Amino acid sequence: MTDQITEPAGTGREVGRSRPRKEDARLVTGQTNWTDNISVTGLLYLAIVRSPMAHARIDRVDVSPALERPGVVAAFSGRDLAGGMGSLPCAWPVTEDIVLPDHPPIAVDEVRYAGDPVAVVVARDRYAAADALEAVEVDYTPLPPVLDLQAALAEGAPLVHADKGTNRCYDWPLATGESFDAVRERADVVLKRRYHQQRLIPNAMEPRAVVVTPLAASGEYTLYSATQIPHVLRIMLSMVTGVPEHKLRVVAPDVGGGFGSKLQVYGEEAIALAVARELGRPVKWTESRSEGFLATHHGRGVIQDIEVAATREGRLLGLKVDLLADMGAYLMLVTPGIPILGAFMYPAIYKMDAYEFNCTGVFTTRTPTDAYRGAGRPEATYAIERIMDELAAELGLDPVELRRRNWIRHEEFPYTSIAGLTYDSGDYEAATEKALALFGYDDLRSEQQKRNERGDTVRLGIGVSTYTEMCGLAPSRVLRDLRYAAGGWEAASIRMLPTGKVEVVTGTSPHGQGHVTCWSQIAADVLGVPFEDVEVVHGDTKAAPQGMDTYGSRSLVVGGAAVHHAARKVVEKARKVAAHLLEASEHDLEFTDGVFSVKGSPDARKTIQEIAFETFSSHDLPDGMEPTINAEHLVDPENFSYPHGTHLCAVEVDTETGRTLIRSYVCVDDVGRVVNPMIVEGQVHGGLAQGIAQALYEEAVYDDEGNLVSGTLADYLVPSAVDLPEFVTDRTETPATSNPLGAKGVGEAGTIASTPAVVGAIVDALRPLGVTDVRMPCTPQRVWEALRDARAQKGETS
Amino acid sequence: MTRISVKVDGTAYEDEVEPRLLLIHYLRDRLGLTGTPIGCDTSNCGACTVDLDGESVKSCSVLAVQADGSEVTTVQGLATNGSRHPLQKAFHEQHGLQCGYCTPGMIMAARDLLAENPDPTPDEVRHALEGNLCRCTGYQNIVRAVLAAARQDTPARVPAQEAAL
Repeated sequence: MTDQITEPAGTGREVGRSRPRKEDARLVTGQTNWTDNISVTGLLYLAIVRSPMAHARIDRVDVSPALERPGVVAAFSGRDLAGGMGSLPCAWPVTEDIVLPDHPPIAVDEVRYAGDPVAVVVARDRYAAADALEAVEVDYTPLPPVLDLQAALAEGAPLVHADKGTNRCYDWPLATGESFDAVRERADVVLKRRYHQQRLIPNAMEPRAVVVTPLAASGEYTLYSATQIPHVLRIMLSMVTGVPEHKLRVVAPDVGGGFGSKLQVYGEEAIALAVARELGRPVKWTESRSEGFLATHHGRGVIQDIEVAATREGRLLGLKVDLLADMGAYLMLVTPGIPILGAFMYPAIYKMDAYEFNCTGVFTTRTPTDAYRGAGRPEATYAIERIMDELAAELGLDPVELRRRNWIRHEEFPYTSIAGLTYDSGDYEAATEKALALFGYDDLRSEQQKRNERGDTVRLGIGVSTYTEMCGLAPSRVLRDLRYAAGGWEAASIRMLPTGKVEVVTGTSPHGQGHVTCWSQIAADVLGVPFEDVEVVHGDTKAAPQGMDTYGSRSLVVGGAAVHHAARKVVEKARKVAAHLLEASEHDLEFTDGVFSVKGSPDARKTIQEIAFETFSSHDLPDGMEPTINAEHLVDPENFSYPHGTHLCAVEVDTETGRTLIRSYVCVDDVGRVVNPMIVEGQVHGGLAQGIAQALYEEAVYDDEGNLVSGTLADYLVPSAVDLPEFVTDRTETPATSNPLGAKGVGEAGTIASTPAVVGAIVDALRPLGVTDVRMPCTPQRVWEALRDARAQKGETS
Repeated sequence: MTRISVKVDGTAYEDEVEPRLLLIHYLRDRLGLTGTPIGCDTSNCGACTVDLDGESVKSCSVLAVQADGSEVTTVQGLATNGSRHPLQKAFHEQHGLQCGYCTPGMIMAARDLLAENPDPTPDEVRHALEGNLCRCTGYQNIVRAVLAAARQDTPARVPAQEAAL
């Protein structure tokens, strides 16, 4: 560690306090600035013609009939715009020989998923644009869809990208420790399971939208987008469209949730920019929800083969993981890297001697996949936690006891996992003990036993998930080693205004996380100024020019740490001014609650806010001092951070109807030191909701021709308030050592942990009836079928 | 085109509208009342919920012409004499929102519930909000907020002076 400070400097009055959010005043009164709210004189509306087929050759596109429609100003085919736009970027080519297909923002010769853009219509209002879509004539020759991951890899399979000669995108292997074959030889127990991570559709409540306002004379453009990544987007759109980076300003105004789905460089963003350039007019595109189901990237979509070797006593010897990951039709911003984020997490909190991993990326004729809350890590956690339950059942051990026998003990930190990650801190024992007590584990187990003995038709099941995750993306050198194109640093600068007010400029880009409140708390603490005197500037490349944006539970750990460091730099600069004005040595100055005072003469004092004015006037600064106490700091994290925790779920499963009800859900998370406990709790709640939704409700379903049949909110079950239980949440706190805040990140924890806890509980309830797996989502029908199949199998064997 | 007169958040408007124009587009695109957002196209999400003559409606499922002669209240018209509605305060104090996109609809639907049932149980709150989707909060703090607004004596989770908007 270099110049890290383990204790947070400052007043200590703000960090750790449940401040209600500054963001809320506008949001609860409707004084919002969503992208779709933006209107400018002469604004034109875009609507996009999309492929109705999963795979087809485009024989002809004729946009001219659309031009006859009232209110239509222009219309373009893919070919019309192809000259002004390059391929959409993939920033994470995970292997040297990865297959990287061309990805035009509007398809030119071939469509490769239902929803692929084919043409764009520009009209004076959104109704006219929507009306004109049907006038665009497109002739297609259908091509065979590619939907099955295994069949796609077979010799002679129809190809998504014929020019590439294969549907195999990449193979990414990792092998550490002993060979798995060697430990399998000496193992008493070897278990192998296949799990299916269904496709999920992120469904942030705000649909995507983009507005571009051009200044034709100077070739300047402002692009507003419902995005998580204004900074990355600016660079990438500049490369895609050729608009020079310095002529392109990207703004993320109020953004209504993302969950990874707005961590993307979308075709529609490039199209809007290209059309605005072509016409010299401002344009807006807003997706409808149903359009978003097709055209906003999906998540998960992985077949997992996992094999575990262990001793009779339940000591893990090794783990082998083989993945088939559905890339969808194209590689988007980080598509291939998502399963690789999980590669390091399959060993989880457990010690073992061998680990082998391979992921094969496969092209299909479906909507591209990419980051969805957790991104690779929920998949890993699901598979390892599920097979730990299977192993416990095989060995006749309590699943908590099996975990206890294998996890890294608190005195063993820092610990380098078999996958090569150095877990800096953690206390799995403490979190588990707390969770078991809150849950009433022993009582529930005895109730379960009684009900099993009675043969109740409604069974009780208990699920356990002792997860960890890697957050705080990411050390830039690690990203280099993983072949990611960019770095993982984050920037903050602090501007001390003449009146003593403070502007914190951050490179993170919040969309619900509460950065304005939390960054204010961090800065107020270090600077010793009132919370109310701090404002946070973000999400605009003109106002906050440097940043790597918000995803991967990175913002507090990397971006918040940058704010902390920048504030400390301000204090050190102000100290020089204070020493000069108070005619004292810097070493004789104390800084408490925003006041510099001379040791021993308490009347000799200057507040940091007074010093801001003195610096502004610059009438009496130390000789040679640059007249500013503003400061900037960039943090490149030295390590990931590793939140962990223990989640326990009790379910009641009706064996006659297959219906599952969550009876109680308890989680104890260790996300390190907490800036705002109320916000952390809210993040956990929301994460749980999405993880539980994967377990019970959500799935992107395609028919045999590659049409998305769960393509609206009426068909795809985003849970409502009645579909989710009341959660019991608590925390333990072992500070991260890799950043001065001791924070580990919390955005994804609930999602990563909860899915196996819920499915594990269902399987636990039904195991006495012969069920060992239920495929997600565990709908009543799936549970009922699993019971039916188990009964049939029992009948066969008896 | 059809002529309508409608009062929105206390202001009377007269406009010529296409018969097919949705109320939500009338509010947002014609009146510039963008506080009420659009979250879906199948009337499942409830983000666009407003009050139409005392009933909460999803304004994506109502034509502007159907609002002729009616009074509409949106989240932008809830404050009285500069003071926030108890639900607006409660959502803030109980952290009942994160991204805030569903919040206008949630508040309007909860207002409708409390008008009919001033002292609901948590379960009644969950059922009343079933037609409003939130992707951020897991609903727990939304339920807390509605209960807190209903029972003004419920101690807030944070001191009142901190909660001042």
